Amino acid sequence: MKISVKYFANMRDNMGKAGESVEINDGAKVSDVWSSVSDATMPENTLIAVNMEYTNADHVLNDGDELGFFPPVTGG
Amino acid sequence: MKVVIQEAAFDPWKEVSTYQDENIGAGKHGASVTFVGSMRDFNDGVEGLSQMYLDHYPGMTEKHIEKVIQDALDKWDIIDAMVVHRVGLINPNDAIVLVVVWSEHRAMGFDACRFIINDLKHRAPFWKKEANEDGDRWVEGNTVDETADIHSAEVAATKKTG
Repeated sequence: MKISVKYFANMRDNMGKAGESVEINDGAKVSDVWSSVSDATMPENTLIAVNMEYTNADHVLNDGDELGFFPPVTGG
Repeated sequence: MKVVIQEAAFDPWKEVSTYQDENIGAGKHGASVTFVGSMRDFNDGVEGLSQMYLDHYPGMTEKHIEKVIQDALDKWDIIDAMVVHRVGLINPNDAIVLVVVWSEHRAMGFDACRFIINDLKHRAPFWKKEANEDGDRWVEGNTVDETADIHSAEVAATKKTG
């Protein structure tokens, strides 16, 4: 299945890109996608959104999902 | 309800009066509680900030703020609320964020306004990058308001348990 991955703020800088399309096996979790895009351990404070809703690394993905990885937020 | 994410600078007081005139019935509200967050030229021990870049997650930002306002409308007896938030390049003294809550009485308005701005600070997907003459850096965290609940999940829990 295909997952659209987006990175924001310092995570975009660290990954060197704003996003990418990832092909991964059916039933994959968010953590599986991270392992496929990075050799590093996911930073402990990473926030995760699937289809623009907060979730966690154990979330099971579906084909066409949009997955966002980003650091703690600092708006307002 | 109104949620606007924009790059252009704005006059918060004009936004308040325009929305109020057009959407809040005359004589129906007893309180309009307003929070305006502005850019300082110092932060977290760093002086001489010359500019800030505010990144966000287009689509999720709007969706998240609309949900927070709806949570506030469900939780408190308020009339309406609006949020305007800048993104992109921001200069010192610029308004970054405007939160307004209209209510019949002040207590509900204060509580709802604080709830919304605290969620914006800690849950809405915005990220600040500050610049001074030494370079730039991503801001790592906002100050915490310990007196208020900030998570939408807590509203859901409150509603479930009555």
